[in-house]
Parts: sequence; C-alpha cells; structure tokens
Amino acid sequence: MSRGETSGRIEARFAKLEDENRAAFVPFIMAADPDLETSFEILQGLPAAGADLIELGVMYSDPMADGPAIQAAGLRAKAGGARLDRTLDMVRRFRTGDNETPIILMGYYNPIYIYGVDRFLTDARAAGVDGLIVVDLPPEEDTELCLPALAAGMHFIRLATPTTDDKRLPAVIANTSGFVYYVAIAGITGTKSADAADIQASVERLKRYTDLPIAVGFGIRTPDQAGAVAQIADAAVVGSAIVQMVADNLDADGKATPELVTNVLGLSRSLADGVRGVSRKAAE
Amino acid sequence: MSAEPNSYHNGPDEHGHFGIFGGRFVAETLMPLILEVEQAYEAAKADPSFQAELDDYLTHYVGRPSPLYFAERITEHFGGAKIYFKRDELNHTGAHKINNCMGQILLARRMGKKRIIAETGAGQHGVATATVCARFGLQCVIYMGATDIKRQAPNVFRMKLLGAEVIPVTSGTATLKDAMNDALRDWVANVDDTYYLIGTVAGPHPYPAMVRDFQKIIGEETKVQMQDAEGRLPDSLVACIGGGSNAMGLFYPFLDDADVRIIGVEAAGHGIETGEHAASLTGGRPGVLHGNRTFLLQDDDGQILDAHSISAGLDYPGIGPEHAWLHESGRVEYVSVTDQEALDAFQLCSRLEGIIPALEPSHALAHIGKIASDLPADHLMVMNMCGRGDKDVFTIADALGVKL
Repeated sequence: MSRGETSGRIEARFAKLEDENRAAFVPFIMAADPDLETSFEILQGLPAAGADLIELGVMYSDPMADGPAIQAAGLRAKAGGARLDRTLDMVRRFRTGDNETPIILMGYYNPIYIYGVDRFLTDARAAGVDGLIVVDLPPEEDTELCLPALAAGMHFIRLATPTTDDKRLPAVIANTSGFVYYVAIAGITGTKSADAADIQASVERLKRYTDLPIAVGFGIRTPDQAGAVAQIADAAVVGSAIVQMVADNLDADGKATPELVTNVLGLSRSLADGVRGVSRKAAE
Repeated sequence: MSAEPNSYHNGPDEHGHFGIFGGRFVAETLMPLILEVEQAYEAAKADPSFQAELDDYLTHYVGRPSPLYFAERITEHFGGAKIYFKRDELNHTGAHKINNCMGQILLARRMGKKRIIAETGAGQHGVATATVCARFGLQCVIYMGATDIKRQAPNVFRMKLLGAEVIPVTSGTATLKDAMNDALRDWVANVDDTYYLIGTVAGPHPYPAMVRDFQKIIGEETKVQMQDAEGRLPDSLVACIGGGSNAMGLFYPFLDDADVRIIGVEAAGHGIETGEHAASLTGGRPGVLHGNRTFLLQDDDGQILDAHSISAGLDYPGIGPEHAWLHESGRVEYVSVTDQEALDAFQLCSRLEGIIPALEPSHALAHIGKIASDLPADHLMVMNMCGRGDKDVFTIADALGVKL
C-alpha cells in the first residue's frame, strides 16, 4: 500500500512531547457550535489554552457513537450553520495563524462520502487538516476512505476499543497512522468512565502491537482524570465535558454569552494543566 | 445500470455487499459483535436442527403457512388482473414481523444472550419482539421514537403487557431512525449480554441477508400456493416498502423467474414534489446510515432528512441495501403512493373484502388500483397483505375527522 507524504505536524508534535517527556492534551470541539464565529474563536484560542492537538467535530445528523452532550452539540452546530465545506474554511483560517498544532477532523462517513472522497481529501489537505477519525469506518471498509486518505498523505486514526480482541487488533492497527485512539469504555461518549488500571492494561496491550502514540478518550471529564490518563498514555482526549461547557454558557435563546469563549478556554487550560502536571511512567 | 447478473440469489458477497450497497459501516466497538452474529447465523443455517426448530414454531406458534387468498371483490372492482392477497396479517401478532423475530430469537438463544433490544416505528416489530421475548423468558427493551409512541398507542400498551420496557426516544427527530440510533448506542454500551434484534432488511451485514432469509418463507409459500391454485407462477408481485422486509420476503424466491414482474411501493407521503415523503429510491440518493450504504433521504451536506408518511411503518429515510441493488439493476420496479391514495385503498379494502389492512399494505393496494384495470383477466397478481390495520384505527379516524 502506498502512503503519501503527510503534513508532518502530528509526527512533529508527538516528537516534541517525547522530548518534554509528557503526554498530549487533546480537546474536542464541534465545529460551528454554537455558531461559526464563536466556534472559530474557541478553535483559535485552544493552542494558547494548552491544546497540543485539536479534534474538530464534523456535525452529522445520526451520530450513533455519541452520547447526549455531543448529540446536543451537533444539533446546535446544525442550527449554527455547520457544513463540511465551512468546517474546512475554519481550518484554513486557523492555519493562517498556527501552522504547527495538528487538527484532526472527527465524525462520520456520510458527509465525506457525499462531499466526494477524492475532492474531500484534496480540499482537506489544502485547508491544513492533518488527520481523520471516522467513527463508522472499521478496517472492513478500508477501501472507502482509509486507503485513499493514506495515499493522499492524510493520517487515518483508528479507534481501538475494549471489544477489539487480540485477533482483531493487528487488522485495526495495520492501516492506522498518526496515532491510535483507544476508546476507554464499551459505550458512547460522555457516559461512564473507565478506571485507570483497566486503561493502563489496555494501553500496554496496544503498545505490544504498535509504536504509534496511543491517545485515550471517552469518559475523561476532569483535570484529575486527564492527569491519570496522561501518566499511562501518550494523549488524553476530552470531548463531552468541553461541549457541555459550551452548552452551559448559552443564553435563553441558545446564543453564545459573552463569557462563553473565555470559560471554554479556561476549562481547556485546567484540563491541560492536569495533563502537564504529571510526568509519564516509564514506557515499556 | 449494471450488467444483469446470472442470478439474483448470489448476494451479498462475503463483505455484505449487494453491488455497491450494504457493507458494515459501524463503530469498532460493534464490529466484533457483528462478526459474532454472522458466525452464529452461518452455523445455525448449516444446522438442520435449527431450521427444524424454527419450522415447528412457525407452524404452531406463528400460524404458518398464511393463506393465499383470491380477493374476488377487489378484483371485480378494479376490473382487470386477478388479485390474490398473501395473508401475512393473519400471523400471530398481526404482521409479517414475527417471521424474522422467531428466527432471530432462536439465534439469540443459541448465542446465550439474555437481553434483547430492538427498534420499532409502527410498533409491529416491537410487539413481535416483545412477544418472542415473553415466550422464551428473555429481557426485552424496545426503543421507540416519542413521536411514534403518540401515534401508535395501542402497540405501546401491547408491548408493555408482554413485559417489555418501552424507552421513548427523544434524540434527533424522535422517529424510527433515531430509535435505531439509540438501539445501536445501547448495544455499544451492553456488549456482553445483549442481542440487537433488527426488524428490517437494513443495518450492517449480516442483518439485511439474515432478515431476508427469515422472511423469504412468504415468497416460498406463495410459489407453492399459486401452483396449487392456478397451476403456474404469478405474473406480478406487489408489496409496500419502508425498510423493505415484507417485500424482500415475497420477492426473493421469484427474483430469478424473469417473467414475474415485481413492484415495490414506497410511501410518497404528501407527494414527492413536496419533499415530505419516505420514498428513498424515488427521492433519495446513495449514502451511509445505520451500518450500510443504501439510498437515503439527505441534503447536499450528507445530513439525513426526516421522512414523512401517514404510515409509521414506512416512515424511514432509508431502504434495505438489497432493494437499492435491485433498483439499480432494474430487476424490481419501484413506485410510490401518497398518504391520501393509501387512505382511500384502506377504506376500499375494508368495505369490499372485510379485511382491515394496515396502512403499510394499503400503499401496495393503492398502486394495484392504478395498474390492475389495464391488465388482462388472466394476469395473476399477488399483493403481500403484510399487516392488519387494528393498530391504525386512531390514525385513520384522525385522518377522516372522526373522534373516537
């Protein structure tokens, strides 16, 4: 399989973190939640608020792996003007001020399929997107987007889950690039949390199959939880807690209050401090 | 148009594809579960004792075979083709849904699953699932859109009587597609003990093929019964389509009989031109939802649109992937019928045949009304009477301006 030359941002970022001997903090926000401009302000502010990589959610009407918080964020984003092309515009605008922080688009396949896979990969690369996480594309469907993405130099970051057994894991890892995203719970986003011992065992299992960095997400809500994960994995992803902060800073009409951006970035800062406050346990 | 295949019975391929349709577009968490269902189903299919057990329940519990009935007065009324009804509304629980539920519940038992989840739109699949769960003593959780709960109150109560927990779905648009999303979310969170009993020929592989296999008894019986009645194959088949399981069940055994004309009837709601309809093939385009690629009602950003039909059972923005393939290959003709046309056919059938049909097959009958009179008297036409209309009386009364 041929892999195209990537943007290099994800590799460079994890190399830098390796030098600093710390894990990455990766916030998730939904593009256009609660509106395009506010969400761009959050995006733009995240690197200074401690984000090492950023997951930018692509709204989909039927997010079957997401819990109530991210479902609600999607509905707000829809009302706020979310469209895949506008999300790419947002990334393009972000890149005029930041050419280092990796951006990963996270969502579901249908909006990309309807946009057109080849056209999407071209436009996303040009906009400055570094990788994709597409929830409903398991290895069995690699010919759809994963292989064309890798050929186009777009990282395709796969989800591994508690149900991914040793028999499946090699296939799940095979065409993954950038990093591996370990879903810490069998469940949807923003519901239960796994305990640290389980996460540690799972990360160690993944490390036996890949040299790629391991990010852990689903169920991380507080700086302490993020810190605990940062001791055992290469990145901690927080999504539902952040979009909930957006929800908590809307006025009665669902519009952004003046404090919204500050409060979301403040949460990002405290989560990032949770991650940065710990040194990593020795790998291997 | 793709080239005509040697047989329409070879699908899906090992990856669950019917042409470009079908597949397994699910989160990684679910993938091992889906593979487990596939393996268990393949093993069951190869085990004669599984089929024997299923046959026994279909005979003594479901009440199969359902009759093939010559609808004499409807035939006279339309004045053309000779019209038969395949009476699947006479099954236990009043619809074809139980055929599939009985097959899958026996599979779930073989797999050692203790908790059954299902989605339902009109409530027929929910009732059938609750029924087989009661029969085998399994916990039953039904996801149903809050909107549908309102318009299908009798079926909600029926499910509760049968011991099921009915969970109102308020996410998204609170209809069948959202019920399916929430059932998938439940499954992701309860991977160890739970079996997802999908009610139609949609979802990730192996569900479209498996549900079809459990429903194809409709067409197999029809073939034998028509041979007994008329000494030959029918000339045409007509069935309504939401997800498309009753239609797939009737059509499948006839797909390679090239002389049999096959027609699927989608719900045109207020009319295709209004945008308020549930006709995915007529008014949609290919996309990916609920684990498979098929024709979907969606906007140009790939967001799934609300379907509309007076019939909750047809109110789904997608269609089974095998139908999408049969549509593209041209083997099956797909047409659509509006709410009003279905309402008219509903009343006609009730008065002329003494059969109160469900709103779903009323769509099929409405289309027959458009074509039967142009066909000769020796044209043998079979309509799948896939459900009875008791559940719809409140909806009908409302549409007719009658207060119950």
